[in-house]
Amino acid sequence: MLVDILKPLVVVFVVLNFIPLLIWFERKGSAYIQDRRGPNRAAILGIRLGGMLHNLADVVKLLTKEDIVPTRAHRFFYFIAPMIAMFVATVTIGVIPFAAPLAIGERSFTFQVADLNAGLLYVLAMGSLGVYGVMLAGWAANNNYTMLGGLRASAQMISYEVAMGLAVVALLLSAGTVNLTAIVEAQRGPLWAWYGFTQPLALVLFCTALLAETNRNPFDLPEGESELVAGYHTEYSSMKFALFFMAEYAHIVVGACLITALFAGGWHIPWIDWAYVRQQLELFVRPTLVGFGVCSMLVGGLLCRRFLRRYSTARYGDLRDYESLVFGIGGLLAGIGVLGAAALLPDDLSIAPFTRDLLVALAQISVFLTKVVFFCWCFIWVRWTLPRFRYDQLMRLGWKVMVPLALANIAVTAAIVALG
Amino acid sequence: MEIKTHKMYLNLGPSHPTMHGTLRILLTLDGETITDAVPEIGYLHRCFEKESEGHTYTQVIPYTDRLNYVSPLMNNVGYALAVEKLLGIEAPRRAQYIRVIISELSRIMDHLVAIGTNVVDIGALTNFWYFFNVREMMYVWVEALTGARLTNTYTRIGGVARDLPEGFADGVRKCLKDLGSAVKDVTGLLVKNRIFLERTRDVGAIAGEDAVAYGFTGPCLRASGVAYDVRKAHPYCCYDEFDFDVPLGVAGDTFDRTIVRIEEMRQSTRIIEQALARLPDGPIINPEAQSALPPKAEVYNSIEGLIRHFEIIMFGIRPPAGEVYGYTEAANGELGFYILSDGSGKPYRIKVRPPCFAIYQAYPKLIKGHLLADAIAVLGSLNIVAGELDR
Repeated sequence: MLVDILKPLVVVFVVLNFIPLLIWFERKGSAYIQDRRGPNRAAILGIRLGGMLHNLADVVKLLTKEDIVPTRAHRFFYFIAPMIAMFVATVTIGVIPFAAPLAIGERSFTFQVADLNAGLLYVLAMGSLGVYGVMLAGWAANNNYTMLGGLRASAQMISYEVAMGLAVVALLLSAGTVNLTAIVEAQRGPLWAWYGFTQPLALVLFCTALLAETNRNPFDLPEGESELVAGYHTEYSSMKFALFFMAEYAHIVVGACLITALFAGGWHIPWIDWAYVRQQLELFVRPTLVGFGVCSMLVGGLLCRRFLRRYSTARYGDLRDYESLVFGIGGLLAGIGVLGAAALLPDDLSIAPFTRDLLVALAQISVFLTKVVFFCWCFIWVRWTLPRFRYDQLMRLGWKVMVPLALANIAVTAAIVALG
Repeated sequence: MEIKTHKMYLNLGPSHPTMHGTLRILLTLDGETITDAVPEIGYLHRCFEKESEGHTYTQVIPYTDRLNYVSPLMNNVGYALAVEKLLGIEAPRRAQYIRVIISELSRIMDHLVAIGTNVVDIGALTNFWYFFNVREMMYVWVEALTGARLTNTYTRIGGVARDLPEGFADGVRKCLKDLGSAVKDVTGLLVKNRIFLERTRDVGAIAGEDAVAYGFTGPCLRASGVAYDVRKAHPYCCYDEFDFDVPLGVAGDTFDRTIVRIEEMRQSTRIIEQALARLPDGPIINPEAQSALPPKAEVYNSIEGLIRHFEIIMFGIRPPAGEVYGYTEAANGELGFYILSDGSGKPYRIKVRPPCFAIYQAYPKLIKGHLLADAIAVLGSLNIVAGELDR
């Protein structure tokens, strides 16, 4: 019982924690793409975490901003729209499997909130609800710009929903199931077992449609800043705006999770069989520890070197100067600790079966999340590289290019599956 | 079944992310298609022309900084040339070469901003920073030369205010090299990009005859294929001594306007390199001209010098009565100053012919029938600067 309550909380917690990480990614990543420094000022006791503390400052700012409701807005829909947006973005993650199901005695413990048989259909269904938040926001604020933004959003999301669904159908044909855990399990083995390699067209179509679903460049027409000020959330301020903002990033996380599960092998590493890892876990413990230790010492050493180089110039003249020293020494000590632990490990190490399962699951979750982070980065990368589509071009691409391509892909896949 | 629809009236600006400065357009939208557009100007009106009537000829120079604030040095040069034409004097050759260098530097900086902001409006934010890094490097040298970043007030009637600072030539050459790589980066991101091509090709196109009829000048006219450049047609400031080409477009659309600007930056680079290589020695202000302030030693040590200084400062220079139209090729097109003098120390009337004003007339025609997003792309490519438009 307790597990059933805890699981949704943990999963939502994961999504919510990914959001600031992504915002930081976006800010710092765009800065490096654009030959800038990016955020580096906000600090607590001199700790800046490379600009990550800006998110904290943002939260405080948004929480304390005045919450303005336009006089002629439809209050009920105006209030409920950001909630729908955020709700839809977070509930979709419920069916994403983060690791292989774990057998505990009689029961099977799944690393997802609900292992639905119709998992993928649930994702598509929930994803298409997202348009309500955007559309209602655009309509309820009673403003021409938000209205146009809402219109664009609804047209765009509905059109690309079709292409996205059809792209996935081809994958379903080759997988033979809509259960996400089963789809991931089917991608076990060599690299070309991933559906991204067997269904490359579906992957491209799915990613493109996903970009459109998340309203990000080159498909950010609903909030196209240069045209519609801020699109559907022009009239929103304070935490209501923050909810839309967070929903966008939550969408990215969910999208990246979906790509990982459907096309990039989920928790699988190519050519590595988790059953074998589980059996021979003892072999992996020491190299992993040594790897961690060396990396940690390397990072710590580099940070210490940076501190020593910059200390004489004292760039800031306050606690911020010591930031690299704090993390540098921390990294060095942690590295020494981990290396020491690796040295102290007994040679005839034996791990209890339950711990063994747990460690494997942890490793699987890390693999999954690493892939998710990679795909999130791709989303950000695309955004800062491409210009924006125009409304009619967007529709043309959706209906005249992507849908026919997806249909052709289904036909070819179906033929191959039937023949073979 | 007939669905009853009504048109939407959208008020674009004056406070809107893409209304550079304070432009305002009232749009009638049918869905997203623009059926009618009425621009309204004057939100940045600062009474430039009226203010000039109350100031001496030298005191007007700071006001010209605020015309096209993206390339203020060129406005200074244009105004100084017009007054010199009225006085019948010429700046020394070194001053003319310096004017060419700063004009072309300003042209590059203006085009960097124009293209950068235009592609930002189209949605590609990164290019803007590639260009602005170079622009920042150039501003360092503009600051070293003039003492200010934005409001330079650098030219004087009959010459320029200061000589080139030490290391200027090498510094500018380094900037031009960086410019080359930045242009390469941006063209690499844009010119073969399908999205960019579709957003700009055949958007806001204007034929050559129409462009001439509307009074287009500068890159927007040349994008339509009309080879008119004041620097070639009526050379001033020794422009006839430099070897450069006038890039021409074909279709006169947003894409051509962008590409013409990029090519113009390359040509400006050529001009600057030639000017730096052949920079003559000599005075930077015409000492014979009654406009030049006497050297400080003379002002402090001789009564004649003091009186002359006092006269220039208090009553200004006194050109003969008459009228003159001085025009130069500014970054956006022909920048003209029509000056009417009654023989006193202050201009009787100054009329500015800003390039934007003529170009902006055609804007409603260019965007009618297009989509809302095109209106933004076209506005950016025309490079309307409100400071110059409203004066």
